[in-house]
Amino acid sequence: MLAPLRSLDARWLQIGAVGSLLLCGALLRDFALSWQQSALCFAGALGAQALWMRLLGLRNVGYLSAIVTGIGLSVLVRADSLWVHPLVAFLAISAKFVVRIGDKHIFNPANLGVMIAVLFLPGAWLSPGQWGSDMIAALWFIALGVAVTVSAKRFDIAWAFLACYGALLVGRLLYLDQRWAVLLNQLSSGGLLLFTFFMITDPMTTPNDRRMRWLHAAMVAVLAFLWQFVWYRNGGPVWALFLLSPLVPLLDKLMPGPKHAWKPARVESTRPGVPCAPLSVMPTVPSTP
Amino acid sequence: MLTRLLTIAVAALALAPLQAEAFCGFYVGKADSSLFNEASQVILARDGQRTTISMRNDYKGEPTEFALVVPVPVVLRQEDVKVLDQKIFTRLDDYSAPRLVEYHDEDPCRPKIEFAPPPPPAMAAAPGGRAGPPLVRIEAFFTVGEYDIVILSAEESDALEAWLTQNGYNIPKGASAALRPYVRQNMKFFVAKVNLKEKAKAGGQYLSPLQFSFQSEKFMLPMRLGMLNARGPQDLIVYTLTRKGRVEASNYRTVKVPSDLDLPLHVREQSVFANVYKTAFARLAAADRYRTVYTEYFWNSSWCDPCVVPSPTNDEIAAAGASWIVDAQGLRARSADVLVTRLHLRYTPESFPEDLMLQETADRQPFQARYVLHHPWTGNPFQCPEAADYFRRVGERNAKEVDNLARLTGWKPGDIRARMPRYSVPEAPGQKAP
Repeated sequence: MLAPLRSLDARWLQIGAVGSLLLCGALLRDFALSWQQSALCFAGALGAQALWMRLLGLRNVGYLSAIVTGIGLSVLVRADSLWVHPLVAFLAISAKFVVRIGDKHIFNPANLGVMIAVLFLPGAWLSPGQWGSDMIAALWFIALGVAVTVSAKRFDIAWAFLACYGALLVGRLLYLDQRWAVLLNQLSSGGLLLFTFFMITDPMTTPNDRRMRWLHAAMVAVLAFLWQFVWYRNGGPVWALFLLSPLVPLLDKLMPGPKHAWKPARVESTRPGVPCAPLSVMPTVPSTP
Repeated sequence: MLTRLLTIAVAALALAPLQAEAFCGFYVGKADSSLFNEASQVILARDGQRTTISMRNDYKGEPTEFALVVPVPVVLRQEDVKVLDQKIFTRLDDYSAPRLVEYHDEDPCRPKIEFAPPPPPAMAAAPGGRAGPPLVRIEAFFTVGEYDIVILSAEESDALEAWLTQNGYNIPKGASAALRPYVRQNMKFFVAKVNLKEKAKAGGQYLSPLQFSFQSEKFMLPMRLGMLNARGPQDLIVYTLTRKGRVEASNYRTVKVPSDLDLPLHVREQSVFANVYKTAFARLAAADRYRTVYTEYFWNSSWCDPCVVPSPTNDEIAAAGASWIVDAQGLRARSADVLVTRLHLRYTPESFPEDLMLQETADRQPFQARYVLHHPWTGNPFQCPEAADYFRRVGERNAKEVDNLARLTGWKPGDIRARMPRYSVPEAPGQKAP
């Protein structure tokens, strides 16, 4: 049943999933986001994509990534003005064309956009807790995330990250002798799930080799945990990914692998590796029809 | 359109709904004494890593039975602890409480006069104890106001519980388990008891609020401990005073309460409005299964619009912990903003399994819980052609007001309509005090 879906470009599913998430969020969960901000955000991302494609004379590059970035930034960045979202989207997409090493860009555009907003723009902030810990919503996010994960074969990094981060949270919980409800509250945050399934999973900014991807996920998980629970700062995962993204070219150099192609390709061989790698949590869905 | 604006103070109405016994720490006392801490109110002032927490004390039992235990990140010294005037809480509460505003419709038959908008309000305002078992250490011991304060550190929560019991604090059941996460995080414990001699000197019926300051990267409120003696949902109001922007929870969802709604005129009775807001808040919190933090107010402390009461003075704001508002000479410091966020939680031990973690956003858009009443014009509907049109619009507005109130409170529209006067007669200006 999933076969026809998988033959689509993975990002179409991502757009459908995040898009519906955004829509539900805006309608039901009272985001501090106006539709004008979101519309301008898309305009900024699409405008930047069009401009750079024209300047560099690129063909065969679509607007999907700009749309995904527009959605991601609308969901994560909050601002008390209208200009923050389009500016951030424009800069984030531009960085995709400018900040590159080899044949890959370094930062996931949505991640970079969030950081630009938080670090440099007045009147902008990141709202990590605004999704609430509603279990039903969390399950929905997971279900939608799985849809995306299954279709884009290199999204195993999502499970690796979640397994490591979850293990650290469980460790902390056991050490502090807290109730399991605490873990549920921490894990069922929409912000975390959004990050796991739509940000760290960007195949263009993660290592090409599977073992390196798992290592990268483990490092992001550890830094995110330290950021959040040892240094008591907010937005741990987003910060961790931003700080560790520049390491990806190095990891690619250490263990080269084929660059991701959005269209379905041949299955990669599975190799055991990093201790944090997920064991039973990965769904065993065949990757080719 | 605006001919007269009047605000009605709704002091403390949000606090009355439930009898609560919770707090940031917990009150301990003999099992048979009736502890009463019905309005948990906390002021949290934060400037960089400097944090000042003030806690209102509504304890009404025997002073000898009173004790308070609060986890704190560092060892506090005598100069870090103060007692505070209860009035500060009342002032902040009145200033930030949900409010009603009234407008009087103008005569539709009279030619329109453009009113100049009121000038924007100026941003600047006018104006050693006994040694316990070895696993518990007494880090400091001192007397402040009517309180004897002990700062404890512990290696084991069981030992801490034993120490408190041995030293005459009757701890609620389950205290050790509740204390454990704080002990493991190497937090210290601020333990206060009433010094009867000092209390007799100070006089007065109530115990003073306690205030303490420390440097910490943690921007949080240790509310879990207070849930030990909680029965049913508890209310907590947190006023944060910050420099940059609105404060929200980072580990729970934060939303603004519904605001700027037109309501029927009979809500003008203060008791009715108090009931409306209490009912609306109870409904809202229950619908969110007590898992949400509500923003009721966010404003620069130097002004308000409309004002329920005059905005707090610099001295009051400084006393509440935002000492950066005044400079060394005691005058208002230049470009020193103090932003007040009022957060209201109704929680159960299950719905808030973690302590409340906070973050300061860059949001500076003011917000208030504001409900609007319109007094219709009461002239002759046949006086001019515009009048008939006007009354048609009033009818539509009334229907919307009923609808708003019904959605807010869950009351039946029929019941609301039965209480509504068809048109109320506007009072002459000057009869009402703003």
